[in-house]
Amino acid sequence: MLAEVMHSLSGDVLVGLAQAGAAIGLCLVVVLLCRRFAVHVERETVISLVRGLAQMALVGLILALLLQRHVLVGGLILLAMMGAAAVTAARRAQGIPDALRLSFYSIAAGSGIVVAGMLATGTLSPNVAALVPVGSMIIANAMNSCAQSLERFRSEVTAHVGQVEAGLALGADPAVTVAPYVERAVYASLLPRLDMLKSLGLVWIPGVMAGMMVSGASPLYAGIYQFVIVAMILAASGITGLVVMLLIRTRVFSPAAQLLLRPAEPRPVASQVSPLKESR
Amino acid sequence: MLTNATSRGVLAGSATPEGLGVALEARHLSRAIAGKVLVDDISVQVRQGEVLAVVGPSGAGKSSFLRLLNRLDEPTGGTVLLEGQDYRKIAPQTLRRRVGMVMQMAYLFPETVADNIAFGPRQHQESISPEQIQALLGRVGLPGYQNRDVSRLSGGEAQRVSLARTLANGPTVLLLDEPTSALDDASERGVEELLLSIIRERQMTCVMITHDMPQATRIAHRTMILEAGKMVAIGPTEEVLHAR
Repeated sequence: MLAEVMHSLSGDVLVGLAQAGAAIGLCLVVVLLCRRFAVHVERETVISLVRGLAQMALVGLILALLLQRHVLVGGLILLAMMGAAAVTAARRAQGIPDALRLSFYSIAAGSGIVVAGMLATGTLSPNVAALVPVGSMIIANAMNSCAQSLERFRSEVTAHVGQVEAGLALGADPAVTVAPYVERAVYASLLPRLDMLKSLGLVWIPGVMAGMMVSGASPLYAGIYQFVIVAMILAASGITGLVVMLLIRTRVFSPAAQLLLRPAEPRPVASQVSPLKESR
Repeated sequence: MLTNATSRGVLAGSATPEGLGVALEARHLSRAIAGKVLVDDISVQVRQGEVLAVVGPSGAGKSSFLRLLNRLDEPTGGTVLLEGQDYRKIAPQTLRRRVGMVMQMAYLFPETVADNIAFGPRQHQESISPEQIQALLGRVGLPGYQNRDVSRLSGGEAQRVSLARTLANGPTVLLLDEPTSALDDASERGVEELLLSIIRERQMTCVMITHDMPQATRIAHRTMILEAGKMVAIGPTEEVLHAR
């Protein structure tokens, strides 16, 4: 195992580190330029660069260690990623009970179904090296979809408390009273993914395609495979958004069909940035 | 249309319907949130066909009390009896059909007037015919409005549609949360006269919040005064208001 790691640390890594050094150098030049215009991002940029490099090196090291392991190890890594994704997404659901558990179920449903489908159809090779990077992309997008739909649903319901309660007062089931907001939340969570699909190849060439071409794959196949990945991201996001809304929509009501989700009390504004201060 | 002279005291002057049974009873009703008492141990009976006005200063707990009557909020103490039955034993959806509510704002759904009126019956797999919708709209003074988009209605028209939407459910008790307070003077008077005539015509049991004492005098058989969540006075409207 150690030999494998040492092998992966050979020449390529030294070249990679040199390239990373050059990239960091360019970023620092940009930071200095920003500083000239009184935009102070020095500390944040240095921390981000160091963290980014350390995290990616660590992930590379872990993948190097796990590369030859059983595909189930890859499955466990994805499961842990889903847990972390659920924690992040649930932060957008303040005031919604059980948001963490339901976010996990939704992300697991969206990304799990899609990854399983890709493995079953041979679109994704059943090995750790393919499963973890592709799976993580799908999980990250499912997480964003989950967070965006939760946030939109929460803001729509709190902005329409009157309409929701008017529906309840007329004897409607809770799910009926929030149906328009469920629809808007799912649509809002899918919009970035739809835009991504529309702009594919026109505005950006995503990483998978670029990586495959760098590794010598046919550009046509790389392009089609990239499309498949983005389409799967859309599918996973759609499933996640729908599942989280189906699970959450009645959680904002009590068993006696009373709306529990209310707008937060307005917080006093501590300070406001003056345009004069800004221009200084 | 009722004039000032005829509308004044039409209900308030008539005798409280003593002979009829109790339609709605709040029994030691209380609600507190995070240690703050909103409604404090209120017990009151409202007879069938009786109009009870609830008055009091801002923050006295009037709306909080009303929202407990159709269980839009949960009491933290006590309960409500609807025709003698504890309302916790009635499905909330059924309860809210029987105890209709007209809110301060109309909160219409962004569809046509007819869609809004059909909303309540549709929730219970009941159909309401176009003729019934037309009749209800005629009753609230908006004949021919069924296909109008609600975004084109004035405040007074929207509140009339809101009343028709509630009536479409056929409630036996009507809760009114300052239904005219968001309207201009002309609309306020029109909606008040409409409410008065519908309550009288249908012999509806009604609990109405108002900040307008003359309005309470015109409409209510009895008036209850709330302060800091407590009931501090109740009795025939003229007596209670003159005693203050």
